[in-house]
Amino acid sequence: MIPAPFAYARPTTVDEALQAVASGGEDVKILAGGQSLIPVMRLRLAAPETVVDLTKVAELRGVREEGDAIVVGAMTTHSDVITDPLIARYAALIAAATETVADRQVRHRGTFGGALAHADPAGDLPAVALALDAEFVIAGLSGRRTVPAAEFFVDYLTTALEEGELLVEIRVPKHEGWGMHYEKFNRVAQAWSIVAVAAVVRREGDRIAEAKIGLTNMGPTPLRARGVEEALAGAEATADAVAAAAARAAENTSPSSDLNAQADYRHHLAQVLTRRAVTAAAGL
Amino acid sequence: MTVTENAAELAPAKEVGQARRRKEDARLITGRTTWTDNMTLPGMLHLAVVRSPVAHAKITSVDLTAAQQAPNVVAVFSGRDFAEEQGSIPCAWPVTPDMVNPGHPSIAVDEVNHVGEAVAIVVARSKSAAQDAVELVDIDYDVLPPVLDMEEAVKDGADLVHDQLSSNTSYHFVFDAGDAGTGANTDEAFTDAEVVVSRRFIQQRLIPAFMEPRSVVVQPQGDNFTMWSATQVPHVLRVMLAMVTGVPEHKLRIVAPDVGGGFGGKLQVNPEEVLSLLVARRLGKPVKWTETRSESLMAAHHGRGQVQYVDIAADREGNVKGLRVRLLADMGAYLRLITPGVPALGAFMFPGIYKFPAYRFECDGVFTNKVPTDAYRGAGRPEATFAVERIMDELAVELGVDPLELRRKNWIKAEEFPFTTVAGLEYDSGDYDAATQQALELLGYDELRAEQQRRRESGDPVQLGIGFSTFTEMCGLAPSRVLGSLAYGAGGWESASIRMLPTGKVEVVTGSTPHGQGHETAWSQLVADQLGVPFEDVEVLHGDTAVSPRGMDTYGSRSLVVGGTAVIKAADKVVAKARKVAAHLLEASEDDLDFSAGKFTVRGTPGAEIGIQEIALAVFAAHNYPEDVEPSIDADATFDPVNFSFPHGTHICAMEVDTETGMVKIRKYASVDDVGVIVNPLIVEGQIHGGLAQGIAQALYEEAVYDADGNLTTGSFVDYLVPSAADLPHFDTGNTVHAAPGNPIGAKGVGEAGCIASTPAVVNAALDAVRHLGVSDILMPLTPERVWRAVHQGGDGGDRAPAGTNAYGGAQTESTAGVSTDASLGGEL
Repeated sequence: MIPAPFAYARPTTVDEALQAVASGGEDVKILAGGQSLIPVMRLRLAAPETVVDLTKVAELRGVREEGDAIVVGAMTTHSDVITDPLIARYAALIAAATETVADRQVRHRGTFGGALAHADPAGDLPAVALALDAEFVIAGLSGRRTVPAAEFFVDYLTTALEEGELLVEIRVPKHEGWGMHYEKFNRVAQAWSIVAVAAVVRREGDRIAEAKIGLTNMGPTPLRARGVEEALAGAEATADAVAAAAARAAENTSPSSDLNAQADYRHHLAQVLTRRAVTAAAGL
Repeated sequence: MTVTENAAELAPAKEVGQARRRKEDARLITGRTTWTDNMTLPGMLHLAVVRSPVAHAKITSVDLTAAQQAPNVVAVFSGRDFAEEQGSIPCAWPVTPDMVNPGHPSIAVDEVNHVGEAVAIVVARSKSAAQDAVELVDIDYDVLPPVLDMEEAVKDGADLVHDQLSSNTSYHFVFDAGDAGTGANTDEAFTDAEVVVSRRFIQQRLIPAFMEPRSVVVQPQGDNFTMWSATQVPHVLRVMLAMVTGVPEHKLRIVAPDVGGGFGGKLQVNPEEVLSLLVARRLGKPVKWTETRSESLMAAHHGRGQVQYVDIAADREGNVKGLRVRLLADMGAYLRLITPGVPALGAFMFPGIYKFPAYRFECDGVFTNKVPTDAYRGAGRPEATFAVERIMDELAVELGVDPLELRRKNWIKAEEFPFTTVAGLEYDSGDYDAATQQALELLGYDELRAEQQRRRESGDPVQLGIGFSTFTEMCGLAPSRVLGSLAYGAGGWESASIRMLPTGKVEVVTGSTPHGQGHETAWSQLVADQLGVPFEDVEVLHGDTAVSPRGMDTYGSRSLVVGGTAVIKAADKVVAKARKVAAHLLEASEDDLDFSAGKFTVRGTPGAEIGIQEIALAVFAAHNYPEDVEPSIDADATFDPVNFSFPHGTHICAMEVDTETGMVKIRKYASVDDVGVIVNPLIVEGQIHGGLAQGIAQALYEEAVYDADGNLTTGSFVDYLVPSAADLPHFDTGNTVHAAPGNPIGAKGVGEAGCIASTPAVVNAALDAVRHLGVSDILMPLTPERVWRAVHQGGDGGDRAPAGTNAYGGAQTESTAGVSTDASLGGEL
C-alpha cells in the first residue's frame, strides 16, 4: 500500500495551481480531500507523475450567496457542507446526501468539488448536483467557463474537465419552497450507494408542480429520471400518482452488475427508491 | 470496645467475578506498545512479496534482472532460490491415515495454485524501494484451467488442482455412531423414519480480517535467530519453523508482542514467516515483512467453505431419529497447519444439543485453486451448528410444529447431565430450558410474535420473523489424549509459572498467548484471589518463547479453561511452598496454619501471622528457611484437561425484511449464554458482542467471492463487507451459570460462542419472516438482492455477480495482485 513515486506541488492560489498543473508533466492528478485518490494511488491503480494538492488554496473553500444562487467552493469539505446555513436553507438536499457519504473521518477530509470531479457513478453528490441543476465553474489558464451539470458528467470517472483545468466552484440555484429527499440504498453504513435517488419536488396545493429526480449508480454517469419527472409534472400529490410515476424510474438507465446487485435488481430498486424519495420530498 | 471479627467481612472482595477494566487496554488503544511493524532494527532490510496474478498456471520463465537493478534493492529471489531449503508448510492434522498432502511450498517454484501465492521476494533498504521493484519482476505463466467449484471438482474427469494427484480429494473422513458404538445404525434409522428432510446448505468462504495485518521481523545473531511475529501461536510456530527450516529449536526464539486480533487467522505457520527466516539466514541481515490489507485478504488463510448435505429423520410426533451429514470441505490449494482438521472437528458438533439416536458424518476435503482455508473463529463448530439449527427449523416446518417446541422435545434435559452424545462427547453441564426462558423474556417474544401476525395479516411490505439457535460447542481445547486419538499433531495442555519477586510483586508467566482477549486482566484476577495479593501487584508475561518457554497458545476458547487452570495450579503450588516457610518462620506446625487473604495465621495463636508477600522477601534473603526445602516459593504447573467444556446458550433474533427491496434489518437480538463461571463479566460481554458481530456478519455481510478466473473479487474492504457498530443492533445479553466440572475455575470458554450461535439464528429469523411467501432457503450472506430474488422469483437467491463494485476503480485481486500500473482514471480525485 505504498504509492509509486510522484512529484508533489502545494499551491496556495488558483493561479499557482493552474501553473503547477500545466508544468506537472504528462499525468497530473489533482488532490482535493484525497479520499479517493490516495487509496487508488496506494493500490497503484493510478501512478501520476505529479500530484497537485489544493488543500492550501483558501479561496476554494466556503459557501457564499450570489443573487439567485449559492456558490460552493470546490474545496469545501463535506463536514463544512453539512453544517452550512446557506446550504441548509436553499439546497438542503446536498447536506442530506453528504451526511450519508462514508464516515465522519472521510467527511472531514473529503470535499464537495473533489467528489464531483471524481465522478464516481456510485458517489452520492453527482446525482444531487444534477437534480439541483447545478453549474460547474471551471478555471483554466485561458480563463473560466461554466458548464451545466447535464454536460459535466461525461462517462465513468470522466467529466467535462479538460487537461490543465480545475473545478473551482459549483453554483446551485436557490431552491426555496421545494421539498427534497435523498434515498440511499447500501448494505453497510460506510459503503457506496448500490442505488440512490435524489428527489427535488415543488408542490402547488394538491398537485406536484415540478419534480427533478437524480439517479445514483444507474449507469456510468449520474442520470435524471426524465420519465418520472414528466409523469409527476402536474400530477396529483397522491401515493398512487407517485407510484405510477416512479415505475418509469428505470427508463433509459444502464446500470452495471456487480456483487451487490445485478442490473435487473438495480432497475427494480430505482423504482422503489424513487417512489420513496418523491413521497418524502413531496411531504406525503 | 467490642471487636467482632468476621473473616468474610475483613477479607478483600474476591476479584473473580468483578468487571475489572482491562489493564492492557490503555496501551493497546493508544498504540503505545510494540506492534511487530513498529520494530526497527539497525540495518534492517524490507521484504515485499511478488504474488501470482493467476489462479492456476505453470511458471515458464522468471526474469528478476530489472528488479535486481532497481534503486536500493539488495536482492531478489524466486522460488527456485529456495527450492531446496523451504520444505513444506506443515500440516499438523492428518485426519485420515491415507490423507493426500501435495506439500505446500512457501514460495512457488514450478506452478502456482492460487491468486496471491508468493512467486518472488524483493529485499530492499526501504519498504517503498521494495514495493517499487515488485513491478519489475517479470514472470511468464502458462495458464491452466482453475478449479473453483467443489461440486465440479469431485466429479470424474474434473480438472485437477495438482496434476501429480489422481483427484482433487485430499481425504475422506467418516464418523459413524453405529460403528463407534455411540449410536444406532443410521441407514436403518432413515429407512424406518416417518419423516425425512434433506437440505443442501452452503457455508461461504470467510476472511478472518484481523485488525493488525500480519507482520514479521527476523534478527539473525550468529547462529541464533529471533523472530517477532504478529501470531497467535509463538510456541507452535517455534517448533514448526525448526522442523521446516532446520534452524535448531534452541537457536530460535519467537516473540509475539502485542498482537491485534487473529480470530484463528493467525493460528498458522505462514509462508511469509518461513520466507522471512530463510531470507534473514541467507543474507545474515535483519528483515521485516508487513502485509498490505489487500495481501492479507487474498493470501492469509480463509475460513469456512463447505457444501453441506444434511438429512434429518424423525417420527410424526417430532422425535428425531437420525442425522446424516455429508460435507465437501474446501481445503483451498494446499493444506496448512490444521486445514483438514477444521471440518473434521465439526463432525462432533453436528448433533448439537439434541438426542439423536443415530448419526453418520462423512467429509471430503477438496482442493481448489483458492487460498487455503484453516481455523476461523469457531473452526468447524459454526458450520455444524448452522447445519443442525437450520435443519431443525426445516423439520419443524415439515411437521407443522413450532421450531422451539421441536427443539424442546429433543434436547438434553438439565437432569440428564453429564450426557454422552451420539458423537461420543460427554456434555458437562447446563440447562437449555433455563437459558431459553431467559432469552425469550429478554427478547419480548410474545409481543414480537403478535406483531409478526399483524404484519402478516395486513400484508405489510416489511415482514417480521423470529429465529432460534439453541446451541452448544466444545471448548477448552483440549484433552491431549483425545487430540491424539484424532491424529492431531500436538497436545492440548497449557503451562503457567508464578514468580514471587522480593518486593512481593508477582510475575505470572502464561503459555497461552493473548492477541486481544484480556489475559493480563483475567489472570491477574485469578492470581489475586489465589494468593491474596492486590490485583495491581500482578504482572502477566506472555508471548516470548524465551520468557514463556512452554505453551500451546490461544485458540478454541481454551485460554481460561486450560491456561487459567494452569495458573490456578501454579498458584496453589506457590501457597504450598510458602506454607512450609511460614510454618518455619512462625514456629508452628503446617497443619495449624490457615491461609486466607494472603496471610498465614496460626490457629489458636492470635497475632501470629505472616503474609505471602513477606515470605517472598524472606526466601529471597534466604537467611532463615526450612532445612528440607529450596529457598524459593516459585512454581510451575501444566494442566491437561480430561474433557472438553461445553458452553451453551439460546440466541433469538427478530428480523425485519423489507419485501420491496430485500433489505433485512435486525430488530432485536437476545442471547443467553452459559459459559460457566465468569471471571470478568466485562470481558465476557465484550467477547459475546464481538462474536455476535462476526456471526451476524457471516449471515448478512461477509463472503470471499472469486470470479470465474479465480481472482478474489472481494480484495478490499470496499467489497468484503465487515460490519461496524453502525450496522449492528443493540444486543440484549444474559447468562446462566453452570460451572464446568472439568476445571477448578468452573469456566467453559467464551471466545467463540457468539460467533457460533448467531449465524443460524439470523438466517432462521429472515426465513421465518418470508416463509409464508414461499421461501425456504436463502444463501449467505443474505444480500438484499438475494432476499428480493428469493421472495419474488423463488429459489435461494442465487449466485451474486462476480464483479466487484466499480467504486473508485475497483480493488479486486485482478488489479492488486498483478504488477501492472497501467491504469488511468479520469477526473480530479
